Amino acid sequence: MHEWALAEAVITAAQQIAEKEKLKEIREVHIKIGELQQMERDIFRFALSQLKPASFKNATFRISTAKTKLTCRICEHIWLFSKTKLDEDTAEAIHFVPEVAHAYIKCPKCGSPDFEVIEGRGVWLENIKGVR
Amino acid sequence: MDPRTTVINERLSRTGRIIAVSSGKGGVGKSLVATTLALELARRGCKVGLFDLDFTSPSTHLIIGVKDVQPKEDKGIIPPVVKGLAYMSLIHFSGDQAAPLRGADVSNALIELLAVTQWGELDFLVLDMPPGIGDAVLDLVRLVKRIEFLIVTTPSRLAFETVKKQVRLLQDLKVPIIGVVENMKMNHAKNIEQETEKLGLKFLAEIPYDAKVEAAIGDVTKLRDTTIAKRIRKVAASNIVQ
Repeated sequence: MHEWALAEAVITAAQQIAEKEKLKEIREVHIKIGELQQMERDIFRFALSQLKPASFKNATFRISTAKTKLTCRICEHIWLFSKTKLDEDTAEAIHFVPEVAHAYIKCPKCGSPDFEVIEGRGVWLENIKGVR
Repeated sequence: MDPRTTVINERLSRTGRIIAVSSGKGGVGKSLVATTLALELARRGCKVGLFDLDFTSPSTHLIIGVKDVQPKEDKGIIPPVVKGLAYMSLIHFSGDQAAPLRGADVSNALIELLAVTQWGELDFLVLDMPPGIGDAVLDLVRLVKRIEFLIVTTPSRLAFETVKKQVRLLQDLKVPIIGVVENMKMNHAKNIEQETEKLGLKFLAEIPYDAKVEAAIGDVTKLRDTTIAKRIRKVAASNIVQ
């Protein structure tokens, strides 16, 4: 599953921060997931639990979801991404590489494919908490 | 923090050499050189990956005739094997649709694919780069340790002037350059060879303009019989596989 690769990235990044901050034990890892990537939260959470090293033994993974806000670069219209408007193949393509959205999604107001993802793209490591 | 960049070199840890086939300008035959190089290395028995990073104008799928294949999902994305090459391209996801990506989107797509693609064990990974010295070149140099560049030009001064800028950038960034290939040559002038040597680089090959190439697009057997493939075969033998 694709979620495993991203979970591995989160664990590796969190370990690097912990090392830099000299944290011996991690208590909380806060991850934000953008709706555009449509991550399977259960798989992602399971992957995190399987991949975590000993120093993360008591860590809680707090996963919050960010709505995907898009803005048209032509007419400046702002709208929210909705998976329900996509067919299965398109949704899956965007799940793998969110930038592919530019091939399928158009501004609902003017029809332009030239838009910007203002927020809610993919996986982001917000912060980690631990003890020195 | 973007966590994806932390796993990129792990994903490439079982890859031997990583060769970015690049050019200052578009239309110099970079994708054909990248593809024929990958095919030749595979023909020699090496495990080879071909990664089309020209996201907005991909063409390697047309050159090798990619049809009805999709990556598999297993703790990441496993590229399909096409004509003996582990093949990755944005076309697996965007299909025939235009993918109008700005610089930040190119960076994000590049980082995503580098972070989630499970290449496995490879002797060579050949990257077909977009032209110029934009986001893809800068991101790859920043993120991929061990990357090397092979530069393609034509005899045109317009193409070579941009090569000079690219070479200066790569030299400033201390990135190894395998050398320069002069493609679509229509005379016997030696100026590109001489200019390449002045830059302190190896002149790898001159490839005459070959009108048969167009008819070989999509047919790997015909492609292997073109002048470009034969010249790249020599480049691979004397400069890549040692």
